[in-house]
Amino acid sequence: MVHDPSQLPRPFRVVSNTRLTNDVVTIQIEPTDGGPTIRCEPGQFNMLYRLGIGEAPISASSSPTEPHLGHTIRSVGAVTRSLCDAQPNELIGVRGPFGRAWPLSATAGDDLLIIAGGIGLAPLRPAILAALDDRDRYRRISILYGARTPADLLFLHEQKQWSDRADQLLTTVDAASEDWTGNVGVVTTLLRRARFDPQHTSALICGPEIMMRFTARALIDQGVASERILVSLERSFSCALGLCGKCQLGPKFICKDGPVFRYPEVDRLLSIPEL
Amino acid sequence: MKDIEQLLSEHTFFEGMDHADLAYIAGCAHNEVFEAGQMIFREGQPADAFYIIRRGDVALIMRDAPRGPLTVETLHEGDVLGWSWLFPPYHWRFDARANTTTHATVFDGKCLRGKCDESPEMGYQLMKRFAGSMADRFTQTRIQVMDLYGKVDDGS
Repeated sequence: MVHDPSQLPRPFRVVSNTRLTNDVVTIQIEPTDGGPTIRCEPGQFNMLYRLGIGEAPISASSSPTEPHLGHTIRSVGAVTRSLCDAQPNELIGVRGPFGRAWPLSATAGDDLLIIAGGIGLAPLRPAILAALDDRDRYRRISILYGARTPADLLFLHEQKQWSDRADQLLTTVDAASEDWTGNVGVVTTLLRRARFDPQHTSALICGPEIMMRFTARALIDQGVASERILVSLERSFSCALGLCGKCQLGPKFICKDGPVFRYPEVDRLLSIPEL
Repeated sequence: MKDIEQLLSEHTFFEGMDHADLAYIAGCAHNEVFEAGQMIFREGQPADAFYIIRRGDVALIMRDAPRGPLTVETLHEGDVLGWSWLFPPYHWRFDARANTTTHATVFDGKCLRGKCDESPEMGYQLMKRFAGSMADRFTQTRIQVMDLYGKVDDGS
């Protein structure tokens, strides 16, 4: 139960609903209460509310420089299914922004590895755009992205632009038919071909937890300092205020201490099955 | 162009191996180019070679009648292709196709098997390296079959 009036959802209108894959859409929204839109730093999230159905934490997939606040949502349950179905002019409730953003300023001067798995590319999209807009602050920028199948690859229409502006964009899928001539294999296999100097590398990783663990370990094995590895964790929760406890990971609350963590903060916690 | 012995001495797969052994292994090898789309080997054919990909991309393909051919992994520059030459009955278990023009060093498996039997030390060194490569690929395969990106309804 939320008693703080500032935590009441604000009404936002759906401006557009763009289908990216069979089960993923991007909705762009704008406020209808006369107030300013919500400005999310790359990596932050909002609580999106559908009347009578419920609320879900969804990372912003738009850059703060884009005209509309955007969220890229995969339909996995009742709330996300309803959000994916939201058509232009329909209203949704929004609370936010919440959480710790990607600390991009701390990665300046490094080779920047941005590693995404599945829907994990959505919270990284604003970080990719910010890094590419600030290209001179980095040595090399490499984007590594893994998805389930070629049909599940997100933001395909943008990837060409990213590829032109980054040093490398490597994609892979876990399974494909014979006619696919791109990469097949888990996302960690792309690390062998990524160009980076482990001594001067920062990595931003977002995807399923096991993918992030294996990727972080592979980077550490190659000599990347663990404190330069950043991961964005995802758990279902209700409040986004550190009250409901659903997202608790040992002493950490993913909603307010995260979702972005330096890897040493969560490395040990992620390997405890009870958590 | 580098000769094969030099290439092997610079490749991480052979790192730490004795120079005489590398010279012998190089004697069992030749370079080959596969055009894009060309089959390198097919399931069921005799497996009497392994390959180091010097340049290009190779797809490993498994065939399943109802679903058609599936690419299960792709290999790239520097990767080692082929284990079936090590184990009876020495038949390939899948297809390999060059996705792009692929330059490979091809090692004669029969020749190397004979040498490994004669020289258990060299055989052990070679087997250790293949075992490491297999362990890496098994880990990757296990992650692949977990279907990491499959749907999990967590109530959201």
